[in-house]
Amino acid sequence: MKPDLATMEIPYTTDIRPDTGLTNPKLGIWLFLASEVMLFGSLFSSYALLRSGAASWPHQADVLSVPLATLNTIILISSSGTMVMAWAALKSGSLARFRLYMGLTILGGAGFMVVKAFEYSDKFSHHLYPLTNNFLGLYFTLTGLHAIHVLVGMVVNLYFWGPGAAMWRTEPRRFTNRVEVAGLYWHFVDVVWIFLFPVLYLL
Amino acid sequence: MLAKYLFSTDHKVIGLLYGFTSQFFLLFGFALVLIIRWQLAYPSEPMPLVGGLFGEANAPGGVLLPDFYNQLGAMHGTIMVFLGVVPLAVGAFGNYLVPLQIGAPDMAFPRLNLLSYWFYFAGGVTMLASFFVPGGAAMSGWTSYAPLADFAPSGQTWWLVGMLLIIFSSLLGALNFIATIVQLRAPGMTWFRLPFFVWAQFITAFLLLLAFPALQAAAVLQAMDRLAGTSFFLPTGLFQAGLPIEAAGGGNALLWQHLFWFLGHPEVYVLILPAMGIVAEILANNTRKPLWGYRLMVYSIFVLGFLSFIVWAHHMFLTGMGTSISAFFQATTMIISIPSVIVLSSLALSLYGGSIRFNTPMLFALAFLPMFGLGGLTGLPLGLAATDIPLHDTNYVVGHFHYLVAPGTIFALFAGVYYWFPKITGRMLNEGLGKIHFVASLIAMNVIFFPMLIQGLAGVNRRLWDGGAIYSHAQPVVYLNVPMSVAAFALAAVQLVFLVNVVYSLVAGRVAGTNPWGSTTLEWATPTPPRAHGNFEHPPRAFRSPYEYSVPGVDGDFLPQGAGDERAPA
Repeated sequence: MKPDLATMEIPYTTDIRPDTGLTNPKLGIWLFLASEVMLFGSLFSSYALLRSGAASWPHQADVLSVPLATLNTIILISSSGTMVMAWAALKSGSLARFRLYMGLTILGGAGFMVVKAFEYSDKFSHHLYPLTNNFLGLYFTLTGLHAIHVLVGMVVNLYFWGPGAAMWRTEPRRFTNRVEVAGLYWHFVDVVWIFLFPVLYLL
Repeated sequence: MLAKYLFSTDHKVIGLLYGFTSQFFLLFGFALVLIIRWQLAYPSEPMPLVGGLFGEANAPGGVLLPDFYNQLGAMHGTIMVFLGVVPLAVGAFGNYLVPLQIGAPDMAFPRLNLLSYWFYFAGGVTMLASFFVPGGAAMSGWTSYAPLADFAPSGQTWWLVGMLLIIFSSLLGALNFIATIVQLRAPGMTWFRLPFFVWAQFITAFLLLLAFPALQAAAVLQAMDRLAGTSFFLPTGLFQAGLPIEAAGGGNALLWQHLFWFLGHPEVYVLILPAMGIVAEILANNTRKPLWGYRLMVYSIFVLGFLSFIVWAHHMFLTGMGTSISAFFQATTMIISIPSVIVLSSLALSLYGGSIRFNTPMLFALAFLPMFGLGGLTGLPLGLAATDIPLHDTNYVVGHFHYLVAPGTIFALFAGVYYWFPKITGRMLNEGLGKIHFVASLIAMNVIFFPMLIQGLAGVNRRLWDGGAIYSHAQPVVYLNVPMSVAAFALAAVQLVFLVNVVYSLVAGRVAGTNPWGSTTLEWATPTPPRAHGNFEHPPRAFRSPYEYSVPGVDGDFLPQGAGDERAPA
């Protein structure tokens, strides 16, 4: 069905509203991220409560692989960098460079997932499961939820890299804004990992 | 043809979809409690007429089994709060009215709005389907306390999935409301020209956005406990039916309560704020005066919103979390009553000196004030640890929060239906039938809920399968269960009057015109019903504050917010 939105224009979808200084999608993604902060905040709080009340807690760095997690941290931060470059490429009017940097961002996400899969299967092969103890339970829950977020981000980025880029020809400014919004989400996923890494591997 | 309505991105159509669906769930949740009320009044007697419909596994010979009773209780609460009242107050009223009242063509994200509705629908279907899985629906109370819920049959997992869908729906809805109110206000619609209803929805949206993720986290953790065998909510050394539980242990049952009530308490204000908004609109309109203390009310609900995030553990005084923590939470709980009292007092003061029109919406709105007041006052003993401990988990608590939500919020929602029905359909609801509906509902609700307070003070616990019949301390008050249940059945019968009224008025009601109540706010400046996409005939503009009634020197007794200079005083 053809969306009947065509007959009506929602204001400030692309243009900035002067008195608020925002476009609708920019405000929308910040609000969404605020709720995400509360979601991960609740989980980090649960971690703190369970760990502080535990009779014993494993030495985390002995159970998990710090080198692999360091590698993943580097991959994810780099992909945040290429995400900014992709947006900057659109700002300077080059779809080809956007495709290059967005492609690198997606590859970064894929690389992160591959390393994560190695980590998971290594744990399983040593008979370490979520039910083994609450530390591993939290590790799998938190990193699993984070991995779902990475996956969602990759799907969104892939859409903008592929079919979504058709909008560049008709509404370049709107497309650039969309990539910026996707970027904010991607950076947030990165920031969550930057908290997860020390909390789960180092502390 | 049907698809045109089911997949429309028009906020009014989505609002109506929310309205129909949530009213279905309100009726369904009400039907569940009617079964409960039969069992409480006549324990172990077969239920007449419908008793045979529940199956041999749930009610052999029409007599309710305790497990089925627990399912009914848990699902009544869940359905009423998460699928009935909140979607009606926010999804239906908010969706339909907020864009109209701020002079916007639609919500900021129309497609997200539709997606939000369908997530809600999927959540509702999941909840209903859970009655038919082995072991039946969730039966650990609407609060799903751990560790009990960790071991409940598979219906509990369906409950968790249903909640996650509902939470996702309300997150999408909440961010859409905030973005709409911030970004799409018409020219001249400054912050302090917003109708109070819009302010109430704005604060509500923030509560939904920031409180619900805690339950999202809790639901994920409980799902892990149930499906992956983790021990997040299972302490070490737990026994079930005399046997030790096979789990790693080391978890914390109170963690669930903290996460649940971090959502649960702001959720109370999600139930109340839109109701206050509706009542404020109707009071100003029918007293023909501006609201008393409009700005004070706005500031109050801001304070209310902030404080609602730091009162949650007053639901947990009995858990032994420590006196210093209790002291903190009872202090914040006493403080949060101040803004509520300010709003209620402002509404009551708005009546002073008014020339009041007693039409049906106004009667429901007026009844909201004392009923909500009673609900609030009965909450004070529950907010203080020393008095809460003997009252905790008694029928007193049930009476208290039902006064807030049933003759409180639901009356406000009825007021809203009677008030905005003409704008939506073009016809007025019948006043005579409306007044019968109002008076009978008011009496029935009080006969149901006031005895709960009496029973609770006598020490009768809530959630008892036989209504307390086997306890000696309950004997002096247990007879009250019969009039309460009779009143509940009467309340059900009275709602038929409302349904008849809706059908009759749709066909033969008085034609309403664009502004039958002589109202000032922008939704009445639209054609009736408002235009399919874009709402307004001409781009609207706000020239003044929202409640300019009885302005000296002006023809007529009201000055619409959107009326240009030609009607302003010379």
